[in-house]
Order: sequence, then C-alpha cells, then structure tokens
Amino acid sequence: MTDLKNGSVKQTNLNQSRSDIIERSLAKRYRAEKRFRCYGIMAIAFGLMCVALLFTDIISKGYKAFAQTYIQLEVTYDANLLGIADLNDPQQVVLGDFQGIVKQALKNRFEEVSGRKAKRELYGVISNGAGYRLRDRLVANHQLLNQSETLWLVADDDIDAYYKSIGSDAGPFVGRMSEQRQGWIEQLTEAGEVELRFNHNFFTQGDSREPELAGIRGAAMGSLFTLIITILLSFPIGVAAAVYLEEFAPRNRWTDLIEVNINNLAAVPSIIFGLLGLAIFINFFHVPRSVPLVGGLVLTLMTLPTIIISSRAAIKAVPPSIREAAIGVGASPMQVVLHHVLPLAMPGMMTGAIIGMAQALGETAPLLMIGMVAFIVDVPGGFTDPSTVLPVQIFLWADSPERAFMEKTSAAIMVLLAFLIVMNTLAVILRKKMERRW
Amino acid sequence: MQTANLLIVLLALSAVAYYMARGRSVALAQPLGGIRNLHSLPFFYGMRAAIWCALPSTVLLVLWLLFDEHIISTLLINSLPEGQQPASAAEYNLLLNSIENIASGALRAETAKPVLVAAAESLKQLQQTGRYLVTAVVLSLAVIGMGWGWVKVSPKLRARQQVERVFRGILLACACVAIFTTIGILLSVIFESLRFFQTVPATEFLFGTEWSPQMAIRSDQVGSSGSFGAIPLFVGTLLISFIAMLVAVPVGLMSAVYLAEYASPRVRGLAKPALEVLAGIPTVVYGFFAALTVAPFLRQAGEDVGLEVSSESALAAGLVMGVMIIPFISSLADDVINAVPQSLRDGSLGLGATRSETIKKVIFPAALPGIVSGVLLAVSRAIGETMIVVMAAGLAAKLTANPLDTVTTVTVQIVTLLVGDQEFDSPKTLAAFALGLMLFVVTLALNFVALRVVKKYREQYD
Repeated sequence: MTDLKNGSVKQTNLNQSRSDIIERSLAKRYRAEKRFRCYGIMAIAFGLMCVALLFTDIISKGYKAFAQTYIQLEVTYDANLLGIADLNDPQQVVLGDFQGIVKQALKNRFEEVSGRKAKRELYGVISNGAGYRLRDRLVANHQLLNQSETLWLVADDDIDAYYKSIGSDAGPFVGRMSEQRQGWIEQLTEAGEVELRFNHNFFTQGDSREPELAGIRGAAMGSLFTLIITILLSFPIGVAAAVYLEEFAPRNRWTDLIEVNINNLAAVPSIIFGLLGLAIFINFFHVPRSVPLVGGLVLTLMTLPTIIISSRAAIKAVPPSIREAAIGVGASPMQVVLHHVLPLAMPGMMTGAIIGMAQALGETAPLLMIGMVAFIVDVPGGFTDPSTVLPVQIFLWADSPERAFMEKTSAAIMVLLAFLIVMNTLAVILRKKMERRW
Repeated sequence: MQTANLLIVLLALSAVAYYMARGRSVALAQPLGGIRNLHSLPFFYGMRAAIWCALPSTVLLVLWLLFDEHIISTLLINSLPEGQQPASAAEYNLLLNSIENIASGALRAETAKPVLVAAAESLKQLQQTGRYLVTAVVLSLAVIGMGWGWVKVSPKLRARQQVERVFRGILLACACVAIFTTIGILLSVIFESLRFFQTVPATEFLFGTEWSPQMAIRSDQVGSSGSFGAIPLFVGTLLISFIAMLVAVPVGLMSAVYLAEYASPRVRGLAKPALEVLAGIPTVVYGFFAALTVAPFLRQAGEDVGLEVSSESALAAGLVMGVMIIPFISSLADDVINAVPQSLRDGSLGLGATRSETIKKVIFPAALPGIVSGVLLAVSRAIGETMIVVMAAGLAAKLTANPLDTVTTVTVQIVTLLVGDQEFDSPKTLAAFALGLMLFVVTLALNFVALRVVKKYREQYD
C-alpha cells in the first residue's frame, strides 16, 4: 500500500520535474526563437538601410549639379577687340577673340582692379566656355556687332562651388578661391548679379575638361545608339533561339551542348565579353574602336543569355492545349509558333528584353576593353561615331580630380538610375498587365 | 553603293519577289478551281521566292563585309614591287597603315614615298572596284533568286516544307550563337595566352609572387624587366571576395529566411522588391559609392581608433561588393527555401518544434544543396566583378591578407593593362588575356561545381 503510494508520489515528482525541465527549456527555446527572428529582421533592415544610404548619399552629393551659377555682365561686341571686320567670313568668326570681350566686360564691371595678377584672377571668374556662347549669339544675329547687351554667363567651377556652399552648415567651400574673388562674388551678390539657374549645359553638352561646361548628352546619345544595336540584334536572335530550343529542338547532344553553353554564358563575368570584343571584333574583323556599333555587338552577346532564358520561360508558360488545338485544325509547326505561341508569349519576352536592356545600359567593364572610354567632346551622331556611354562617363568623371566633377558624377548617376527605374517599372507593369493565368 | 542602301534595296527586291510569286501561284490556281488546289498556301510560294531572293545575296554581302579588308590589303601588298615587300607582321601593319593614311588624306602625299603614293592610289581603286563589284554581284544574285522563285511556282511545288526548313535552319543558327560566343571567348583568350606563355613560362605566371608588368622600352632601363607572378592578384581577389561573402552570405541568407518563413505577405511584398533594387544598381555606381563614401569613412574611422587604413583598402571594396551580392544570394536562397515542401514544415511544427528549430533542423538541411550552389555562384560573381574593384581597390600588387591594406585583383589588372594604347606583341598586353583565361576557367569551374552540387545532393520530394 505504502509502496503504491510511494510509487505514485515518485511519479508525480518525476512528472513535476519533467514539466519543470520542459518549462525551463521552453523559455530558452522561445528566447532562441526570438533571437533568430531578430537576426532575420536585422538582415532585412541592413539591406534596406544600404538602399537608403546609397540613394541619399548620391542624391545629397548630386542634386546641386542641376543648378549652375551664372553671373550677369554687360558685354559689348566690339569689332576691333574681336578682330572681326566681316561677319560672313567664317575664318574671321572662328578666330575672333570672344573671350577677350568677356574680359573687357569684367574689366568694365570691376574698374578698380589693377595689376596683372589681380586681373588674371578676375578673368577666371567667368568660364572659359562663355566666349563660344557669345560667338553663337553673334552668328545668329549679325546686328549685335558693335552693340552691347546684358547677359547671364556661366561662372567658373570654383565660383560655382563657392556660391552654392554659401550658407551651408560647414560654411562656404573656399578651395582655391582667393580672398579677392570672394570679395567680388560678395559685391555681385549684393548687386543681384549672381544667381543659380537651371543647368542647361548638363543636358545639352558633351564632355568637357571644364566641369561647368561638361554635360551628359554625348554619353546619353552614345548609350542610346549602343542600346539600339543591342536590342535590334539580341531580341530577334534571343527569341529565335528560345523558340528553337522550346519548340523544335530534338533531345540530343547538340541541344544539350547549346543549353549548357547558354547557362554558362549567363555566369561568365562581363569583362570576359570585353576581351572577346577586343580580340575578335576589333583585332580580327577590324570593326573601328570606341564606336556604338562594337559596343552594341559586345552587349548583344552579353545580354543574349538573359533574353533566351526569359523567353524560354515565357514560351513554356503557353499551355500545350493551344499548340494541340492549332495542330488539330491543320496548322503547320511554323504556323503554330508564329500565329499562336509567339503572340501569347510576347509580353513575357518583352519583359525579359527590357530587363536585359537595363542590364546592358548599366554595364561598364566590357566597354572599357573596347575603347569606349575615350574623352569625347562631340555628341555622337551615328553608330560609327566615336562615343562613350553613361556608365563609362560616370567612371571617367569619378576619376577626375576637380571637386566639381564629383557633383556632376552624382548627377549623372541620378540620371542613369532614373532611366533604369523607368525601364524596370515598365517591365513590372508589363508583367502585371499581361500576366495570364491559364 | 553603301551597305545600308544595299540592304534596303534587297529588302525591297524580296518584297517584290514575294508579291510576284504569290500572285503567280494564285493565277496558276485560278484555272484549277481556286487556291485549295495548290500544295501550299500562296503565302508560302511568296515567302519561298523572297527567301531565294534575299538569303543568298545577304550571305554573300555579309561574307564580303567580314573579309573585304583582308582581301584588299593582301592584294595591295602583293602588288608592291619586290624591294618594298614587308618582312615582318609589324612592318606589314605599319606599311598598310601609312598607305591607308595617304589614301584618306591624313598623311600628305607630297611628303610620302612615291611607291606608297602609288599604292594609295591603287588602294582607292581597289576599294572602288570592290564596292562596284559587290553591289553588282549581290544585286544580280538577288534578281536571279527572284526569277528562280517565280519560275518554279507550280501547284505541285512543296513550298511550305521548303520555307519551314529554312525557318528552322535560321532558328538553329540563332541558337548556335551561344556556342559561337563560347568558342569566340575560348579562341580569343587561349590564343593570346599561348603567345604570352611563350615569353613568360606558365609556372612563373601561376606560382610567381612578384607582379609588376612594366616592360622596359630600352634594354638598359632600370627596374622594369617585368615580372608576371600572379599570386598576389589571386590572393587580392580572394581576399576581397571573402570579405564580400562575409557580408553577403549571412545577410542574404537571413533575409531570405525571414521573407520566406516569417514575413507577412504584405511585408514580403514590400521588402523583397526593395532589396532587389540593390541588384538593379549598376556596378559603376557601387564603385563610386565605395571609392568616395565608404573608403574615406573607413579611413576616418580607422584613424579615430588608431589604425592605419589605406585609402584604397580591400575592406571598402569588399564591403560594398558584399552589399551588391546580397540580393543575388537572398533571391536564390528564397527560391530553394520555398521549394522545400510544406509537409516537412508541418511535420516538424506538429512535433512541437519552434519555427526557428524547424528552419535550422529541417529546412536548412533540405535546402542546403541549393544554398551551397547559390553561394558558389555568388563567389564566381564576386571574383569576376570589375567596376567596384577598379574604382575602389588599388593597383599595387601586394601579397597580404590584411583587409585594411591595399590589394589589387585580376579584373583590375585586366582593365589597367588593356585600357589605353596597346601593342599586341608585348607580354604586358598579352598578360591581360592570360588573366582573362584564368578568370574564365575559374568561374566556369565554380559554375560547373554549383550545378553538380544541386544535381547530386538534391533531395527528391514529390
């Protein structure tokens, strides 16, 4: 009896201690659970923080580049000073000393300045490119010769950096600015003859050694031409390859080889494609260097795997019943593909193509190999004009020592990212809109 | 005629061929009682004629465009008098260049040798003749093809089969572009690498610890014999990739786990695309960020705690590269985690395991092959990444494992060796191709292993 009682007491004790252990371990396990969950949240927060950091860093560095400091001056198109007697003689116009009349205008504005050194300081206030603008104005309107007009002229990049940083927390950025120049800017500011205006040059000019004159138009046109070549070649070839592999290819070694190749090419580093372009297109086939044509060819080979893979997925998503129905009413294999499968798979293929183009637009490394990294001032006008592309322009500017180029670089990055965001959004919208559940 | 114009004319001709052959087939069918008595639809008769018109002539045109320079320059050099024949390949190119420059007017004819001026004249002549000849041949081929396509139209002609065979052939050719690309890559890197290994032994390249690819211009120049030991580059590449993986693997994996297992659909729908933004940012932007924001920050932070941090440290490049790779790992891991069947989760949870225990003890083991292969692919990405390291890592080839020091990588060296003017017989340029070969082989091997891992160890559920 007692034995029995004892036994049951033991049992309860045991039960109690077991549930105790479980209780205790449960708390521990829940803590571990919480910790694990926390790690997950931290990982995501880290990723999102990086996105936010990247964007704020670039925007805060670059937003100022969309404005430019202009200085108001009264310039006189003095024929003697310009050395132009006849405006219809292009030789004279080209040789005309337009920078000279800018200097004259500055001298008139600050009459008190004397001495060679001080004058040189003064002349540096206005950008070296101001003369070209005056020339264009004079060529457009011959009446202006020997007349005066009041114009807003682009200031030098040092002045620009200084003027933009007035009133900032860190105080004005002085850099290479002399006291004297700061004084002049102060005078001009008080007179209301300095102001920040929208930076047209940035969108209408090619590259330049002078930061205040440098623009992205050349690079943007280069990117456009390169992408046109890329899409014209890679989309048809990619779709054709995908159609072959999905609809026609027999299951044999050759087909396997093609598939293995496509998957491998998708993982080959992009710089290798640059080596290919250099050795095959440029050295063997003598395609000219630095032109959008060869850039487009290289990017075609690079984006082809992406396009083939996404096109295959799109073709796979078309249900077999469509094909069977078409064959059933007497369509030939080619008619099945051209009349039924391709139209239904087209939205998916377009999405893939847009993503491939976005990838090509942001690519830099292979283009460095084929010489699209040159300093090119002229805006390219065709597929065989030497040019550079947006990401390479960013790379080039990021390497420039002038502080003003950092601002330009960030601004160019903002433009590039804007394009990419538009393209990716388009792809997402297309996918959402056209997605079809069978 | 200009190539573009010629192509437009060809297009127009094949359109004409299409309509003529199509019309003829309809006309032939008329007395028989309508087009149902034809073997194929009129469309196919038209297409057949258009293909006959366009295909042979286009192929010829493309061949000409590919090889015209070779043909013309060979003809030109052979026509030079005995004493002027170039002795070596370098001389050949030089000669050709100067003739071309004279012909284009870049070099003044008065100052050049009379033989070369004459050669320039004949070059112009040859080019002119070539252009006329190719236009004539291409157009007559097109017209002959058009006529052939028109003549052969008959109700018995199996036009559809023929057109579909060509169509399939074109598709096959497009699919083979991938193979040609691989062959092209192999040829371009292997040929130049072999030339490189003729001057620098492969063992020295693979196991040497000194990298300074400056070649002496004069033989008596000091300190520039050029040494091509690539070990410092490999170590630098691995160091930066390792740092990148230290960032990317835990963050990518944990965010994939959280998104797949914990997050509500709403959070998932917001956080996943936001993370994938990182994958869409061009590498040059990361490079800018690494060089102008992260590197100065690290340098400053190092100074504050009394550490010597190089302004082009491996750490900065590696960290930023890691951030770039996060979405790559997280999306791959997300896929494999989602592929683990729900029944495994339910079973584990039903036995009383917490969620984290289920993840650690059930889902991870099940998803491991996929995760390992994803990490291997990410490593191959990190090794081949170029712009971040070009902008943020240094050029000095140091053999060090200190992440605060400056190192250089394989891709950085390829870019520095090949950007700018090159001469294709110096080991300096050829070294870039040897490095490219290494890079290609290593990334291919990593890929191959990654695929094998998935194939061999994947558990088959369903």
